[in-house]
Amino acid sequence: MMGSENADGFEETNLNAQRDVMENLDLGVDGDAGGDNPLKKSVVNGDTSNSGYRSAMSTLSNVRDPLSPPPTVMIPADSDPLLAPPSSYEDFRSFGSKPISSDNSYIEPPSYADVIFSPFDENSDSEINGAEDSSLHSQFSDSLSRSPSSSSSDYIKITVSNPQKEQETSNSIVGGNTYITYQITTRTNLPEFDGPSDFSVRRRFRDVVTLADRLAESYRGFCIPPRPDKSVVESQVMQKQEFVEQRRVALEKYLRRLSAHPVIRNSDELKVFLQKQGKLPLQMSTDVASRMLDGAVKLPKQLFGEGGASAVPVHEVVQPAKGGRDLLRLFKELRQSVSNDWGGSKPPVVEEDREFLEKKEKMHDLEQQIINASQQAESLVKAQQDMGETMGELGLAFIKLTKFENEEATSNAQRIRPNDMKNLATAAVKASRFYRELNSQTVKHLDTLHEYLGMMMAVQGAFADRSSALLTVQTLLSELPSLQQRVEKLEAASSKVFGGDKSRIRKIEELKETIKVTEDAKNVAIREYERIKENNRSEVERLEKERRADFMNMMKGFVVNQVGYAEKMGNVWAKVAEESSQYDIEKQSS
Amino acid sequence: MESTEQTRSISGSMQSPRSPSSLPYLSVSVTDPVKLGNGVQAYISYRVITKTNLPEYQGPEKIVIRRYSDFVWLRDRLFEKYKGIFIPPLPEKSAVEKFRFSAEFIEMRRAALDIFVNRIALHPELQQSEDLRTFLQADEETMDRFRFQETGIFKKPADLMQMFRDVQSKVSDAVLGKEKPVEETTAAYEKLKHYIFELENHLAEAQKHAYRLVKRHRELGQSLLDFGKAVKLFGACEGEPTGKAFSDLGTKSELLSIKLQKEAQQVLMNFEEPLKDYVRYVQSIKATIAERGTAFKQHCELAETTKLKEINLDKLMLTRSDKVGEAEIEYREIKAESEEATRRFERIVTRMEEEIVRFQEQKTEEMGVAFHQFAKGQARLANSIADAWRSLLPKLEASSTV
Repeated sequence: MMGSENADGFEETNLNAQRDVMENLDLGVDGDAGGDNPLKKSVVNGDTSNSGYRSAMSTLSNVRDPLSPPPTVMIPADSDPLLAPPSSYEDFRSFGSKPISSDNSYIEPPSYADVIFSPFDENSDSEINGAEDSSLHSQFSDSLSRSPSSSSSDYIKITVSNPQKEQETSNSIVGGNTYITYQITTRTNLPEFDGPSDFSVRRRFRDVVTLADRLAESYRGFCIPPRPDKSVVESQVMQKQEFVEQRRVALEKYLRRLSAHPVIRNSDELKVFLQKQGKLPLQMSTDVASRMLDGAVKLPKQLFGEGGASAVPVHEVVQPAKGGRDLLRLFKELRQSVSNDWGGSKPPVVEEDREFLEKKEKMHDLEQQIINASQQAESLVKAQQDMGETMGELGLAFIKLTKFENEEATSNAQRIRPNDMKNLATAAVKASRFYRELNSQTVKHLDTLHEYLGMMMAVQGAFADRSSALLTVQTLLSELPSLQQRVEKLEAASSKVFGGDKSRIRKIEELKETIKVTEDAKNVAIREYERIKENNRSEVERLEKERRADFMNMMKGFVVNQVGYAEKMGNVWAKVAEESSQYDIEKQSS
Repeated sequence: MESTEQTRSISGSMQSPRSPSSLPYLSVSVTDPVKLGNGVQAYISYRVITKTNLPEYQGPEKIVIRRYSDFVWLRDRLFEKYKGIFIPPLPEKSAVEKFRFSAEFIEMRRAALDIFVNRIALHPELQQSEDLRTFLQADEETMDRFRFQETGIFKKPADLMQMFRDVQSKVSDAVLGKEKPVEETTAAYEKLKHYIFELENHLAEAQKHAYRLVKRHRELGQSLLDFGKAVKLFGACEGEPTGKAFSDLGTKSELLSIKLQKEAQQVLMNFEEPLKDYVRYVQSIKATIAERGTAFKQHCELAETTKLKEINLDKLMLTRSDKVGEAEIEYREIKAESEEATRRFERIVTRMEEEIVRFQEQKTEEMGVAFHQFAKGQARLANSIADAWRSLLPKLEASSTV
């Protein structure tokens, strides 16, 4: 392979070919040639062989979060990376492959250099599910680093796969639109799903939009993970296959996040989405135009309480006007928010608002920092990657040089110590591999930062729910005084007429009725607002804890990785230095 | 100043100054670069300190001031006088204007000049050179005079380039099997030439990657610095205990950035520079090969001419011509020249044989040192990276149990 290439020819080979060359290199006795393959199996019960290692690591591992929470609020427990990858540590023992530093005996205590890091997969489900499809891809798409259950026996694992083209049934001659459906497979042992069980449905992206919208309505105030973008532009511009794949990954991430949310995972909407075969029985979101029409029809009903229902169903009142189909309310609330902005009637609750505003401010600040950190994380990853590539190229250049010197030596001096350069070259190629592996791990750990950008959006959504609920309350509150005034005016006017004014009296009664309805609505709205505030509060608290835990995990994972690979590289280079110690200048000064 | 210099170890026939004074020694150091002059005329001068016990030299220690063009003069003189010997290479002449006075460039040049002079001082033949003695001892005015005198006589770089091209084309012609009577075609020599030309390519490629590796070290260092800063800011946003943990992480990252920059410099000086040096060395060998080609050509042509003259003389002698006397003188002159040319050529051949062996030994040694240094440096760097990150772990554990 190498003999046929001259120096110039090699320069033109693209990097992938170089990588292949590097991977196929026979690096000699330590059996590293195959070391590049990610470990495919997670061994669950390899405890016995690993007990020694585990006890040594026990001081470092933290099995449960001592603040064991009430069941409804899930806190990541099995999230300590030093605990979860023992499955990979076990692998290395049971695999029988020699670690790079061949001498375990002199490394006390167990060092990270002996670890073969498997693709970072915190989701304990994959351990239980045994021979999972462990392509790097699906592991990359594991979203949050926490397992969704407080005990490792509860699990729910969602996979999105198998995109297929389908056609809308249509009566027209032209035929319907084509669209893509995805197979959504759920494996779970949760009782809510009649578990343990696994089942599959087919859904299209529009169904996901519907799911997201219904959840947004039902779970106001909650930090609901944001759904994947519609990506209209991208769907036109990108290659079809690439786009579908990108979407598949995004859908999987989204559904997994939903199932990780302690409250939402129990929602009917999600259950129905995951389980109900055939058409999704959730109410579809309609477009604005039809909303307007509906709203127009509803108008008189709302004002006059016709049609049997004396009042608008209360739950409709408390839905945000924008999402709903209530045109009139939309306008009213718009007006109200404008008047708020201009410092009109003060909202009734002030102090809490300040705290809330502070929190909002803090969230925004945090978001900025996360963005910044994730940008720098990206350039760190790039720098590590470049380092690895150049190291590999250097190694290859030296291998070629070694070969050349050996073949074309014109004197014995060149042959005396042929290994020096070869050792260096081999070490450089190894180091290059280590950098690559390190990087793929680093990417996953630092991905937590990206995940949290998504969560920031969810928090914003929750805060927005609160604001809009408050707006509803204020709108209703502001209506009451004017209604009262009208009643008083009419009463005053009609009292002047002897015997009463029939039409006026009727109007007064109607108005009083409206006032009552509005009062009721106001009370409902206030209760709703309070409820949303409470949701906000508990969600934010939950997220704070989760964020803390996730970021600690991220840091630990990142640091452990750095330590491990630095040790590996250190060992490799130390060996080369030792073998070439005759060239040590300090030793040579005589 | 000397203690901070990194001189690569050089194998040679002489002892270091610390050995018993009965053994002959000659050791030189190039130190103390100082910028002199203004504007376009500005240049760097170096202090050249000679320590020796050789009788030909004026005393045990001598200090002179020299500039780059003085070194060039020395090299050119040696190249002319000692054909067949691989004259040690000089660092490149010109650099991009901005870079010319940067600390890094000056130090790299100083180190290279130091090695250049010491290689000459350690070479069994070159160290006898009178020009070397002049270079090491003459006062500055004398040196300037010598330098001005000699420029213009010697081959310009363009001529050397042409010679390289001739040699290269002759090599390929020989490989293609064309008959070129005025060229050595021994298999051994062909092999040697091929080896030298290919070696240059390989070394150049290795050097290119080594230089890129230096850059990568610097880039990684920079990104660790930026990452550390961002993480610290992030930590400031978060409450305890995550905030403190992030802060510590950021600090460590910044610390490691410094170590990476340091290692980058080490890799440059101790790994990339030696490789570059050997590329230059091989180029110097190519110049010697060109000289040999010229000498061979002269030897052949003169031998040819001598033969013709001899034949002519014999003819004249037979015809008892009165031109015999003249022809005889001519013949004797040409014969002497031809013998001289042959001697010159053969001396080159002999020298080159020895030089190749010497070169290989030296290369093995110096490359060995460079590799060893590189491996040591990488090991040290990796270990300090591991140590730095590892020191965070107990704190991270403590924070997460809160």
